[in-house]
This record gives sequence, C-alpha cells and structure tokens, in this order.
Amino acid sequence: MSETSNTAQIAVDTLVNQIDSDIASYLEACVHCGECAEACHFYETTKDPKYTPTYKLMPLVKVYKQHKSPLRWVTQIFGGPEPITEEELRDWEELVYDSCNMCGRCTLVCPMGIDIAGTIRKMREGYAAAEIYPDGLKQARKNVERTSSPMGVTEKALLVQVGKQEKETGLKIPVDVEGADYLALLSSHEIMASPEIMGAYAKIFERAGVSWTLSTKAYEATNVGVQIGSGPLAKQLVQRVVDEAERLGVKYVISPECGHAYGAIRWAGPNMIGRTFDFEVMHILEVLDQLRAEGRIPKGERDSRKMTMHDPCQIVRRGGLLNEPRRLLDESCSNFTEMKDHGITNYCCGGGGGVSANPRAEELMVGAFGNKMKQIEELGEIEAVVVPCANCRGVFEDGLFELDREDEFEVIGLAQLVADTLADDPKPAE
Amino acid sequence: MTFLEFTEGPMFYLAVAIFVAAALVRVIGILRIGKKPDLAPARGSAAMGFIKGNLRHFLPRAGFAQRTWMHVLGGWGFHLGLFALFFFAAPHILFIEKFTGLSWPALPRWGFIIAAEIAFAGLIVLWVRRFSDPVMRLISDWDDHIGSWLTFIAMLTGCLALQEAHDGLRAIHMFSVNIWLIYFPFSRLMHAFTFVLSRGATGANYGRKGMNP
Repeated sequence: MSETSNTAQIAVDTLVNQIDSDIASYLEACVHCGECAEACHFYETTKDPKYTPTYKLMPLVKVYKQHKSPLRWVTQIFGGPEPITEEELRDWEELVYDSCNMCGRCTLVCPMGIDIAGTIRKMREGYAAAEIYPDGLKQARKNVERTSSPMGVTEKALLVQVGKQEKETGLKIPVDVEGADYLALLSSHEIMASPEIMGAYAKIFERAGVSWTLSTKAYEATNVGVQIGSGPLAKQLVQRVVDEAERLGVKYVISPECGHAYGAIRWAGPNMIGRTFDFEVMHILEVLDQLRAEGRIPKGERDSRKMTMHDPCQIVRRGGLLNEPRRLLDESCSNFTEMKDHGITNYCCGGGGGVSANPRAEELMVGAFGNKMKQIEELGEIEAVVVPCANCRGVFEDGLFELDREDEFEVIGLAQLVADTLADDPKPAE
Repeated sequence: MTFLEFTEGPMFYLAVAIFVAAALVRVIGILRIGKKPDLAPARGSAAMGFIKGNLRHFLPRAGFAQRTWMHVLGGWGFHLGLFALFFFAAPHILFIEKFTGLSWPALPRWGFIIAAEIAFAGLIVLWVRRFSDPVMRLISDWDDHIGSWLTFIAMLTGCLALQEAHDGLRAIHMFSVNIWLIYFPFSRLMHAFTFVLSRGATGANYGRKGMNP
C-alpha cells in the first residue's frame, strides 16, 4: 500500500469535505463515454486524451470511492482504489489548473449532464489546501494579500487612474460616497489596461442620473480565491466587498465585465459568507440593459463596423446573462453578426479559470485561443469583437500578439461600446 | 430441484433482493450526503431546472451532432432495443405475469428480432469504441467492460432461449440475468438510476440562474 504523505492527507481531507450529494451523483453517473472531450477546446486543439474533462477528475473519483461512496464496504472487498499519493496529485495538477478553464462547455454534451467545471472547482479546494497549485496563482495570491488586487493594483494607483479619467471626460468619478445607490467594482485589468471604462461608467451614469460610487476599500472584483480553489481566501475577498457595501449603505453592487468575478460575488458569494447580502448584486450588463429598457440611456448613432461578440463563459453559459448583452448590442451596433457557436455553446477564450494567470499554461492557452480565432475567421472580415470580460480581453490581446495578428480587429468592451454610442454626451458635472 | 428451478426460484429471489436493496442503499446513500442550501437569490426555478436538465441531456445540442453521432446512435439504439426486449418480449411478459398477474401485448417475433439486432449493434458499437477510441480507452476501467459483457451475455442467452425449446438454454439465460442483477447495483450500470440525480443537480443549479445548459 502506498504511503499517504501529510500533503496528500490534507488534500484528501479537504476533498472529502467538498463532496456533497451533487458531486456524488456526478461521480456515480459518469459512464466513461468520453463525449466531454468533444466539447473541450484543450482536447480539440491537442487531441491528447489526457485532456478529456472527466479524466481530470480521477483523483477526486479515487477519494470518493475510498471515503464517501455508498456500498464502498462491499466494493472494497473486491479491490478498491489505493490511497491517493502526493505524487499522483502533483501529476494531475496540470490537468486541474492548466487545462481547465472551468468553462462548462463539456456539460452541454454530457449525456449525464455532469457539471465537470463545478466539480473541478471543488477539486481545486483540495489542491489549494495542500498548496499544490501553479506559481502564477501563488504570485497572484501574494499580490491579493498585499493589495487586494491580483495584479498588485493599489488604492493610490486606482486614484491616479480615476484622476486621469476625470480629466479626460470632464466628468466627476465619485469615490467612497456614502449613501450612493450603486457601488461599482472593477477588475485590475480594467483599472490598469483599460481605465477608460471608468470614464464610460461616468458618462453612462451621468446620462441616466444614477447615483454611484467607487470605493478605495473594495475596488477589486477579481476573486483569486475562486480561481485557486481556496475557499477561505475567496470568502475573505467577498467579505471585503460586503463589509464596504454595507458600510456605504448602497442598494446595489455592480460586478464589472469580468467573468469569474460575477460568479464569485453573485452566485457563490452569499454561500461563502453564510448569509444573503443586504444589497443586490447586478452585473454591469444587467444594469445597462435595465437603464436602456427604462429609456434612461437612449441610443445615439450605432457603430456601423462589422462586429461579433465573444460570450464569456462565466457571464453567459454559467452566469445566466444570455440576452442582456444581445439587447445592448442591438442598440449599439448596426452590423452585428453571431459566431457559429455562440451564446450557451460558445468556446472559452482559453484563459478563464486562472489559466491566464498561469504562465506555465501559456502554450495551451494560445492553442485554445486558436479555436476562438477560427470561429471569428468563419465570419469573414470582422472589424471589432465585443468582449464583455476584462480577463477575456487580456487573453484576446495576448493571443493576437502571439499569433502576430494584432491588427486584424479591435477588441472592445460592451459597456465601452454603450458609452460610445449614447444619444448625446451629458453635460460635465460641476 | 432442477437447475432451471433454482435459477427461476431461490437464485432469482436472492438476485432481485440484492438488486433492490443495494440499489436503494446506493441512491439513498448519495442523497444522504446532502448539500447546503443555496443562499444566492435565484433568478429562475430550481425545480423546473431539474426537470429541464433531465430532458435536455437526452440529446446533445445540435452543434455537437457531427462529433457525437456514433455515440448518440449507439446509445439510443442499445437502450431502446434493450428496453423493448426487456418489457415486450413474450417470455418476459409471461414471466412477470407469473409473479404479478399483470400482462400486456408482446412484440411479434419479427419485432423482437429487430429490437435485438438494434440493441446488439448499439452495445457492440459502444463496447468496440471502449478499446478502439483513444479517449475511451484511457478513461475506461474493468467495471465498464464487465458491465458491457454481462449485459451482452444476458441478451445473447435470452435470444438463444427465445424458442423455449430447451430448459437448459432458459436456465443459462436466467443464471446470467441473476448475475447481472447482483452485479448491477455495485457497478456503473447504476447510471440507469443515477442519471436522474446527476442531470437534475446540474439542471437545478442552472435553473436558479435562469439557464438550461
């Protein structure tokens, strides 16, 4: 019998605690048909069977059979699985972190409807507890612990960017305003790489007469804890937002164009802190869709470039926001065309689920991004791709750079597009 | 007691008892693990999601048809053929009537043969893929192969016993069915029941989000 190291034991104990009746039903129902491989862009681009989604779950299956499966006392008489070793866990680390975006496309094709992405999320809890996860994510964790941002964006850096945007737009960007209706969160990528989004928010909210604020205590929406699989860290990051939102007394917290950030606070957040929030969480696309429906942000001249949209997995397939972005696009773009696989069946950009923060996985990520490019190429000459997720936009930029195709089309956020196509500019605030 | 009497009597009762008890223990065991209530405000109905999830996954979405047609045809052919044989083969109806008094119209002989051919073709396609397809070869284990073989043997011996000309053939069929029944609840064959839980869990979780993947 193999010896179980302390590291392996920590992982096993955590994994056992992660297995609830949903996970048990998934592990029990899998018939090893392998159909999930046909939906996974990592398998599709490499044709390596090890990237079959259900195969990535094997360590968890082993733990389940040994510690949790009903009737295991009978099946183990005929030879149950050997205890899992640290070496096995480390062997699987690449499959759990580098080659799974937790995009959930495999669920669509699974005859048993198994949520493999959600199961990988639980599996990462065991890996994180045993501290077996990629260096890139370890660095992101250090940055978060220091600054609350995975990219190390500080409060001072935020305020500098806010100042620049105020100067550029001539509009006031409220910060730390108690009693505002909306608290807008941002992602590090937005703050540093596309700060115009703050100007776009200012323009839209000014036009709509929305009372909003940013916060210097809770500006970061990205939740590295979710990507790593560290429940305690994820909880801490959600709690930070909840505390600040409740201190400011806002009615709504706006999750930005960032896929996993939305799932982290909207769907997982209350479960992490063990209670419902005193405020409502809305995605920025929901807010904009609502404002449009209420006639508070009338459309102006639509962008006439030939455009398509990349559906971020965590916002659309796993987030539930399928129609909101499309309604906004109808009013912002006059020459919009859908990719062949769009909406629920869309391909991930390749960098979700922490993969883009993991330099070791870059080759896989760029390969998977190639799939996305094929989808776009099928549409002919596309002038701009709307990507309503800052992380996906980063992957698009990196992928286009790696493929030497940076000049083929513009990558643009949806809130930015809405701001650019508003009926008329609001008057600058005094 | 003849071998046929044994396989249709004590051994059959034992096999059914093990099948029912172990299958119940397994399904209830899964449910008893439990899950925490979801505290996030729902956008849709979990109950409707449970139902939709169960119906939605009978077929993969259209976009995947080109890549999954062999599995879809093999899977549906095998399961429908087996279902027809199991419930509508004349000897099965007579056998069930003996215990329950219930009876219903049987498949004609030509219908039985067509159903059997479809079921065999489906099962063979699925099993051959287990060792010919690199993905399935990697993820398959002994349980998958044993389950396929026991099902194949139960079907084959059933066809051999169709004429009911020899007690020996009928006894061999009953023996193989009894072994299949005993193996079933401890194996992956349990997907016949657990698929409802699995599809339902995903359907309910997504249903709350207003989605149906």
